[in-house]
Amino acid sequence: MSDTKLKRQKKSGLKRRESRFGVALILPAVIVVLLLVILPLFWNIALSFQSARLINIQDVKLVGFDATLRNFERVLSDREFWPVLRTTFIYTIFGSILSILMGLWAALALRKAFRGRAIVRGLVLFPYVVPVIAAAFVWQVMLNPNFGITNVWIERLGGTAIDFLGTKSYDLSVLGIFTMSIPLALITVIVFEGWRYFPFAFLFILAALQSQSADIEEAALVDGATISQRFWYITIPALKPVLSVLFLLRFIWTFNKFDDIFLLTGGGAGTKVITVKIVDWLLGRGDVGAAAALGLILAVILGVVVGLYFKFFYVEDTA
Amino acid sequence: MTRSEFEEKLFGVLKWISIVFFTIISLFPLVYMLALSFKPIAELLTNPAQWWPSLEQVLSFETYKAVLRPVGEGGFGFTVFIKNSAIVATVTVVTTLAVGILAAYAVARLNFFGKKTISVAIILVYLFPVVVVSIPLFVMFSRIGIRSSLYALMIVYLASTLPVAMYMLRGYFQSIPASLEEAGQVDGLSRMGVIRKITIPLAMPAIAAVGLYVFMIAWNEFLYALLFVLENRDLWTLSLGVAQLDNQEVPKTMLMAGSVIISLPVIFLFFVAEKFLTEGLTAGGVKG
Repeated sequence: MSDTKLKRQKKSGLKRRESRFGVALILPAVIVVLLLVILPLFWNIALSFQSARLINIQDVKLVGFDATLRNFERVLSDREFWPVLRTTFIYTIFGSILSILMGLWAALALRKAFRGRAIVRGLVLFPYVVPVIAAAFVWQVMLNPNFGITNVWIERLGGTAIDFLGTKSYDLSVLGIFTMSIPLALITVIVFEGWRYFPFAFLFILAALQSQSADIEEAALVDGATISQRFWYITIPALKPVLSVLFLLRFIWTFNKFDDIFLLTGGGAGTKVITVKIVDWLLGRGDVGAAAALGLILAVILGVVVGLYFKFFYVEDTA
Repeated sequence: MTRSEFEEKLFGVLKWISIVFFTIISLFPLVYMLALSFKPIAELLTNPAQWWPSLEQVLSFETYKAVLRPVGEGGFGFTVFIKNSAIVATVTVVTTLAVGILAAYAVARLNFFGKKTISVAIILVYLFPVVVVSIPLFVMFSRIGIRSSLYALMIVYLASTLPVAMYMLRGYFQSIPASLEEAGQVDGLSRMGVIRKITIPLAMPAIAAVGLYVFMIAWNEFLYALLFVLENRDLWTLSLGVAQLDNQEVPKTMLMAGSVIISLPVIFLFFVAEKFLTEGLTAGGVKG
């Protein structure tokens, strides 16, 4: 055997050992994800095609196509299905946009150093850090029509108490000229969404702003560009990649979100979203098959929307 | 005044207004929550504008005592829920870190077949709707008879925090110079020895931050707790316990006291490790 061949063999032996070690290290994680995420995902598909009820859950088969499409029929013909889908999209789109705009605004305000900036930066993360359960309930109490602080102020200003989370549509009088009907509870949960998740957008945008080189802005300043011009022609274009990632993440997570609306309104007053409806099917009506079917519909819709987003709107980070 | 000067002035003022605005909206709800948690409900109902409690009311801890007292003594039994949440969250931290550190190290440092596929798949899993996974898990755990237990929660929390933990740790491991590990190998350490004696000590800040994150996620979790252990009060976690206070018969001041109790450890941890956490947040993009 020649010398080089021996060396190569030794090297490939090392490689094989490294490979085996790597597989051994990652194996537990792979097993956890396979058993608790991938397998359930596939089983969800199987469940959505069989008639499974909560009361006879012990008889649920691993794979069974006895009900064929009956679950989908039941879910799609449900009187609430289309309104719920519509609400989900309105909530997701406006909630995502609001949280990103607020985050952008906060990041711009805190962009330059000032005394106490570190403290303010920590404080504005609170809405995001506090457990959702506490955040939702404190909003509920603040907006309570009987003793909430919001209505105390409204009454002090001469208005009448408003049940923000319990009013499906509210007749808003615009300057006394005409009245407009607005979906008040839905708007309120969207504002909650903006409030709770702006710190997330804020952190990302602030990091992006601070990593930008100051050269271009200084050059623009020398050329006499005003603050608003620098914002529109320099800052915003430079932020496009981070804004588009943020929108994608916020969209996906808000679309899948259950806790916030469930805790704020329980899905009442025109705020029911798909996830709340799924838990409705599961715990309220004990219909596992229908819940699984609606879950599958949720996943498919999300997949299609994300696919379209990648095709048409996503701005890749070319920097 | 030129347009430029006008804008300098305008935005200079707006900036401070914005800073005040964001500070108030971030802080006020917490202050309000804390104040109401000490207030007797009767007083609040008669005069809602007077929401600030007196010093005696604060020192009496009336609402907190009622919330923490066992059910048998007319309270809400929160001590049990605190214990359950603490156990579940702590076990989740330990298991997630154990599995996550090894997996993240493998992806960051070693070459093996299928590495790319696996690491991409684990990140993608993280974007999947939790609700869709929760229904089959609900059925699966019911079938094998472990659904109504804290173990069931520990298992699903491990699965749901593992991707974030792996993602964040991988980034940190990659930033550790490989030469340090090679030096260890030259000194005769085994591969496992290198991880234990060199990589883990060097990555301790990141590991601590990830551990805190995982703790917070498990501590705050609500959906799985609702699905799995709702029918057995002894197994309720703190989030279920607080949610149960949200009904017509319970004074809202107690709901606020429960909310303060669940928030305290999280806010405390956040203060302790703010720097780590915010860095980790932008690196890992934690789910929310």
